[in-house]
Amino acid sequence: MKKSISCADAVEMIPDGASIMLGGFMGVGSPHRLIDELVKQNKRDLTVYCNDAGRPGFGLAKLIATKQVKKLYATHIGLNPECQRQMVSGEMEVELIPQGTFAEQIRAGGYGLGGILTATGIGTVVEEGKQKVEVDGKAYLLEKPLRADFALIRAYRADYRGNLEYMLTARNFNQVMAMAADKVIAEPHIIVPVGVIPPDSVGTPFVCVHHIVERGQFFDYDGR
Amino acid sequence: MMDDKVVIAKRVALELEDGTLVNLGIGLPTTVPKYLPAGIEVYFQSENGIIGMAANPEEGMENLALTDAGGGFVAAIPGACSLDSSLSFGLIRGGHLALTVLGGMQVDEQGLLANWMIPGKMVPGMGGAMDIVNGAKRVIVAMTHTAKGKSKILKKCTLPLTSARRVSLVVTDLAVIEPTDEGLVLREVAPGVTVEQVIAATEAKLIVPDVVPVMPISEEEVVAA
Repeated sequence: MKKSISCADAVEMIPDGASIMLGGFMGVGSPHRLIDELVKQNKRDLTVYCNDAGRPGFGLAKLIATKQVKKLYATHIGLNPECQRQMVSGEMEVELIPQGTFAEQIRAGGYGLGGILTATGIGTVVEEGKQKVEVDGKAYLLEKPLRADFALIRAYRADYRGNLEYMLTARNFNQVMAMAADKVIAEPHIIVPVGVIPPDSVGTPFVCVHHIVERGQFFDYDGR
Repeated sequence: MMDDKVVIAKRVALELEDGTLVNLGIGLPTTVPKYLPAGIEVYFQSENGIIGMAANPEEGMENLALTDAGGGFVAAIPGACSLDSSLSFGLIRGGHLALTVLGGMQVDEQGLLANWMIPGKMVPGMGGAMDIVNGAKRVIVAMTHTAKGKSKILKKCTLPLTSARRVSLVVTDLAVIEPTDEGLVLREVAPGVTVEQVIAATEAKLIVPDVVPVMPISEEEVVAA
């Protein structure tokens, strides 16, 4: 059994300067209560790995608006003008990564691989400074694994043990990120007894999950 | 006269093959399904994690966890399946995606595409575009032929490239152009457009075959979805 943790206590474990994997895609499948709590506790100088910068007032954008992010690894920031502004002004460092590469770098980090080889980015600015590897006459970029201190994961259901089930497009990066951090904190939509999630429906096995954020006040909170 | 974007979407719709997996970029490409020929069924992938995406759900029936890559609410067809990001891009890179249709800023004589950033002005990030252009079996660029009076089909792209891979086809409001080993071949012109007009609106050199047919699209309004 895994003891639930309050949202406030979960975020208190995260020090200033920590690196965080943040699930979600345009705020869908993002751990919105944990994000709100990071804002409330004003955790600073964070390094964040997240698919995108969200849109103003939603998702990761909340942390960017309060300038809590020092460095962001993302694939797309186009719907967040404040993020682009902070990048151009140099207030926040942003590294843009092709989305498929980003997913595989995180997977490599969580699956114990020394990196991945992909043809994506060959012949573009993405290849700058990276090692090229030829396999059977085809060129690939060596992309290194990514890991973080914490992964903040949004799931549909968690059981008492910590098995996680995801819903539709809210799954996105949560599943790979839950493998690629030293401490994994899951914010489920609902918590159910062990056995309610069928074994075949478990997206993240309980052994990867360290903490489950206790039930929220609102059944359907999605950060809006 | 048909709207420029309708011409493009209608022509692109003819390229979709029955029973295949298709990924549509944001903007104009998302209007292509409206013009699918009767009897053609394709499966739309949205790279944020679904195969079988369908158009907008009925109002009030939206699911907060069923969205497209822009975060907008969508529906799903029976038999749809959800994917995590790794699987989603595995499908894309692994040769399981038959076709992508995406917008373009520039295409050049080598058939190379630039569509993800304007240095110093607009740096949205590449999102999934680089993986998709690299991995899809066919890549169709759907874009207006010119922007602010300037050709978007250039001798050489001036913007950062999306991929070193040549795209399969370029469909614009004026023409259908196929990049080949020899260069850009003018395959079709839009209804009411002459070959000379296309050449005049194109900075890149075009190879013009003896016969250049008109796009086989109907001028009728499409009513049914």
